[in-house]
Amino acid sequence: MIRDIAKIIKYQMHDNLRSKWIIGLFLFYSAASYWLISFSGDSSKVLLSLLNITIILNPLICIVFGTVYFYNNKNYIIFMLTQPVNRSVLFSGLYFGLIIPLTLSFLIGIGLPVIINLNLFLDTLHILSALLYTGVIQIFIFTGFSFFIAAINEDKLKGLGISIFIWLFFGILYDGLILFLLQILQDYPIEKIALGLILANPVDLGRILVIIEFDISALMGYTGAVFEDFFGKSLGTFISFLSLTIWFFIPFALSLVKFSKKDL
Amino acid sequence: MITISQLHKSYDLLNVLKGIDLKIPEGKITYIVGPNGSGKTTLIKILLGLVKNYSGRIYVNGNEIDGESSYRSQIGYMPQHASFPENLTVKHVFELVKELRNRYEDLDEELIAKFYLSKEMNKRVKTLSGGTLQKVSAALAFLFKPSILILDEPTAGLDPVSSSILKDKIKTENNAGKTILFTSHIVSELEDLAENIIFLLDGNIYFNGSLDNLIVHTGEHNLERSIASVMLRRL
Repeated sequence: MIRDIAKIIKYQMHDNLRSKWIIGLFLFYSAASYWLISFSGDSSKVLLSLLNITIILNPLICIVFGTVYFYNNKNYIIFMLTQPVNRSVLFSGLYFGLIIPLTLSFLIGIGLPVIINLNLFLDTLHILSALLYTGVIQIFIFTGFSFFIAAINEDKLKGLGISIFIWLFFGILYDGLILFLLQILQDYPIEKIALGLILANPVDLGRILVIIEFDISALMGYTGAVFEDFFGKSLGTFISFLSLTIWFFIPFALSLVKFSKKDL
Repeated sequence: MITISQLHKSYDLLNVLKGIDLKIPEGKITYIVGPNGSGKTTLIKILLGLVKNYSGRIYVNGNEIDGESSYRSQIGYMPQHASFPENLTVKHVFELVKELRNRYEDLDEELIAKFYLSKEMNKRVKTLSGGTLQKVSAALAFLFKPSILILDEPTAGLDPVSSSILKDKIKTENNAGKTILFTSHIVSELEDLAENIIFLLDGNIYFNGSLDNLIVHTGEHNLERSIASVMLRRL
């Protein structure tokens, strides 16, 4: 089974690494990283700006690109399933065949200018690692979401609309909703509920994982402040790291189950 | 031989196949015909394992389809609209399918030669014309010498020369004992190739027999009128 998945990944990577979107993404990340380093020269400022790009743009790019990729390859997926190939094998091959090139374009794009200016980042390597981990895991999670959305919707436009909504929800609306909820329930001890809600948002978790390394509470947003206040720095780092890792499996497993039963 | 018994399939409230019992004979060319929405695409998709949520039983060469994919190594399929990853070359596409099937020898490369696909091998899929894609798809369907060939509108998009090459290939393979199942809207093709005809109408089998029987049955003087007669439910 793993050998069959590897065969599909090989050809999907061959296709995707030549895709102008993946090449464009690599150029975008490397240009952003290079310019930020050139203009600022302060590694903390560079990393904060890169964090904003990573937690806002990365999920958007992955969820939209993944959705379009799945729909555009529908006839190819059907062709592949007429071969003696299991659905879970094909699905895993398509998924990893996409996230590996996306991850490479992110890591090399951000990483290359950093390596060239490595002296600047010697004191902030732990923040840099947290940032890269956040970016990579968000590629995994939001590509998983995109495959799930495309697997449950036949209509491409509707699927794309839902994808953008999911990104908007996790990236922007969620923090505001929690704040609103906490405000109207401020007379009750709801700290644990708030923590639960934070764990349910991979974008927030990613932001917390990186920001917690900075020790700047003002940048945390409301959810981040609650999080650090409750867990403290080291436990907070561990829990956000672990939760993000668990998050990777959720959309992937959901979409795999849906795809395996789907009528094509 | 493909045997289907009590095959039901519905999408929400729409019953697409209403209890089909069918034997597709071995070594013959069988043509599935029916108006749009009659259920022929669904039937083919179920045979290929693309549609999973149905009730009924299907046996391919004696083995029941039960969610496993291995039976598809006996089937060659040519879709109506072929599509492959656009940045792969034609050579990559052939290699991919060979790797998936784990077959590198004892291949039937006649169509690769007759369609002159060797000169297309290093071209990327996105640069190919629709007709060339169809030729690649046809060559892939026959490549592994499957005992069953399922061809969905095989000559649509092919020029007359390529179309006749493909029809000759279908006849040759049929003479060699292959079971061939295909759909087409081109009646002349049907007269050329088909031995058996299965007429689907509203999810039921309206007619299943030889071409001559159909003409006799409908009382019309040619095949085109016979098909029209069935579609208009004069049978």
